[in-house]
Amino acid sequence: MSRTVLVTGVARRFASAVARHLADLADTDPDAGVSRVIGVDTVVPDEDLGGVKFVRADIRTPVVGKVIAVEDVDTVVHLDVNPGSRNRLSGSSSKELNVIGTMQLLAACQRSGTVTKVVLGSSTAVYGTSPRDPAMFRESMAARGGVRSGFPKDAVDVESYTRGFARRRPDVLITILRTAQALDPELEMPLSAYLRNPVLPVVAGYDPRLQFAHVDDLLAVFAESVTHDRPGTFNVAGDGVIMLSQAARRLGRPMLPLPALGFAGALNRIAHAAGSDISPDLHRLLKYGRAVDTSALREIFGYEPKYTTADVFEQFRQQVRPGILAGIGAR
Amino acid sequence: MVDERKQIGSGGRAGRGNRQVSPSSAARSLAGRSAASAPAKKQAAKKAAAPAKKKAAPAKKAAAQKSAPAAKSTAKKAPPAQKTAQKKTGPKKAGPKKTGPKKVEAANTTPPVADAPSTETPPTRRPHLRAVTADDAAAAAAAAAQEAERRTKSAGAPIPAGIPLDDILSALLGAFQRVMGSDWEARLATLLHAVRMRLSGEYEVDEFGFDPAIVEVLQNAVEPIAEKWFRLEVRGVENIPADGGALLVANHSGTVPVDGLMTGYAVHKYTGRHLRPLGADLVFALPFVGQIARRMGATLACTEDAERLLTGGELAGVWPEGFKGIGKPFTERYKLQRFGRGGFVSSAMRAQVPIVPVSIVGAEEIYPLVGNVPSVARLLGLPYLPITPFFPLLGPLGMIPLPSKWIIEFGEPIRTDAYEPEAADDPMLLFNVTDQVRETIQQTLYRLLVDRGNAFF
Repeated sequence: MSRTVLVTGVARRFASAVARHLADLADTDPDAGVSRVIGVDTVVPDEDLGGVKFVRADIRTPVVGKVIAVEDVDTVVHLDVNPGSRNRLSGSSSKELNVIGTMQLLAACQRSGTVTKVVLGSSTAVYGTSPRDPAMFRESMAARGGVRSGFPKDAVDVESYTRGFARRRPDVLITILRTAQALDPELEMPLSAYLRNPVLPVVAGYDPRLQFAHVDDLLAVFAESVTHDRPGTFNVAGDGVIMLSQAARRLGRPMLPLPALGFAGALNRIAHAAGSDISPDLHRLLKYGRAVDTSALREIFGYEPKYTTADVFEQFRQQVRPGILAGIGAR
Repeated sequence: MVDERKQIGSGGRAGRGNRQVSPSSAARSLAGRSAASAPAKKQAAKKAAAPAKKKAAPAKKAAAQKSAPAAKSTAKKAPPAQKTAQKKTGPKKAGPKKTGPKKVEAANTTPPVADAPSTETPPTRRPHLRAVTADDAAAAAAAAAQEAERRTKSAGAPIPAGIPLDDILSALLGAFQRVMGSDWEARLATLLHAVRMRLSGEYEVDEFGFDPAIVEVLQNAVEPIAEKWFRLEVRGVENIPADGGALLVANHSGTVPVDGLMTGYAVHKYTGRHLRPLGADLVFALPFVGQIARRMGATLACTEDAERLLTGGELAGVWPEGFKGIGKPFTERYKLQRFGRGGFVSSAMRAQVPIVPVSIVGAEEIYPLVGNVPSVARLLGLPYLPITPFFPLLGPLGMIPLPSKWIIEFGEPIRTDAYEPEAADDPMLLFNVTDQVRETIQQTLYRLLVDRGNAFF
């Protein structure tokens, strides 16, 4: 059975990378079972999508249902759940894209008789971040705090709508992939934007544990969940953690400890002054951090991540400009 | 004359000069008092001098009156006494009233006044003589010490005023070599390398944020406190499993969780293993505290983390009394509080690891909690705001723990692998095992308290 895959949000780098990866798979590997890949977004992507057919459609409108019907889509990869950023979308507009878009998309899938599989690209942000967090989140654990607003709340809402959809359409396979942030200069991820600042503002007295995922691992996991049936919810992240202080030292970038009170505003201002952009929800992650357990990915999903968090970080370090203090580095 | 004397003490304060009493008789009364007790003499002189300063007019009058009755046989001695008094004690102290006595006792008292300065002057001279010898001795001692350090023989040479620069240098080098040993170059290189690795972030932490290098540093820092200040005695080290997971359950006390630090120190010292404490969420919410706690290997006291540590073969430490135990008043010392909800037993059962009861004696006395300010504590979001006999009173000094004697006893392990992992869901069994652990610790505490005797000596 060959599949027609719909990928949402392809104007974003990561979604377009997934779409191109699936299209390559369709070209190179006929056994993979992917025949066509269709990408949708409201804006035209900057880069060449290769073998992906681009359809300009807004998933917040019922138009997406027509796309599914016309293209005879049977697999939907929903990757249009993204943290807002200051210059692109923020606050209510990013919430609208995330939550309303997901609702419309799932409504269209529920109507469609062809869709048999939905893969949701969620985020580890659904676990929130708080001092009451366990050291490593498993898939069965609920957030203990830090999901009351912003992107974490969106992610929780999107997942709950998806589970509601799964109840209404038990015949559709649902795979929810909670991915840690990829650390790649090419991808617009909040943490990689933050780590490229010349000076890293940190919350004084807190040293969060951070976890990253490698893009190759993420692409492989998404391709696997499209080509094979892997129902369930899985965390995707590199093994191990890296402390923020450690990351800053490895990058050779000086840390700027700021008081916890008013940190979010100061962080925004510094990032803005440095010419970069900060996701509005990042300051919470920079206080308590978050790490997830990937044993379900290994044992149930059947995928072994190739890169650890330290590997991902090391690759990132080699790609970005060295920091001011890189001279004392041991490498 | 006679009626004048009668009026003394009835016509106002002595020495004040009330127009009826002659100043000389007032002075006599003063002198009589001072003659009775020698130490009071100076005070009297001061008293006499103060009015003299204040009221110049009565003083002058008194002087004028004094010269008239001075023509008496006892007045012979008075003028010299007056002169010496004025000479030695200065112009202000020598009130005219003192200098005009008529009676013998007055004459007797004046010499002590004159003598006092004469006995005081030699001490000012004698220390001068002594100081020279003391300096000499100190210089000689310093020189001897220097010579011993240099191991050179310059016995007859005169001691220079300052220490020569090359001596300081050689002493510093000697001290450096003594500290670093003969292979100081390699050791210094290792140290610098370690610092550089630290600064460049080239160290590993586990998924809980545990940093073993920090623990090694901390171990060395805690050692003198544990051994010298608390005189820590550790018993039953053989009850800690050499490998595999185990749950150490201890009593909690002492206002500040020093007992956790000491238990971790003892475990690492005697077994070489790291104790992974399970802390309350407040620990991780506080800035700096939470950061350091994570680096030391602590993690949140929740079922997930406990099971993760125990199944990973780590030694986890838990203090089930929590804030109830650590913040209890000093009067309730060594009385175990409720052991939480017994969650630690279910974690140990699921992981099938033994429970080691740990009894800590000595932590109760380090900061005796005598008071609490609940309103301020609630305002700050803390479980209690301690008042110890020294804490808010002496400021930072009050934060020094009292040097109580400590005993930590690791009890016989309570095995949980006899139960099925599913037994962790049986509340009755959990309560039974919890009570068993609690009773074991309580009985051991009583026994250790008897063994220890006095808390501080």
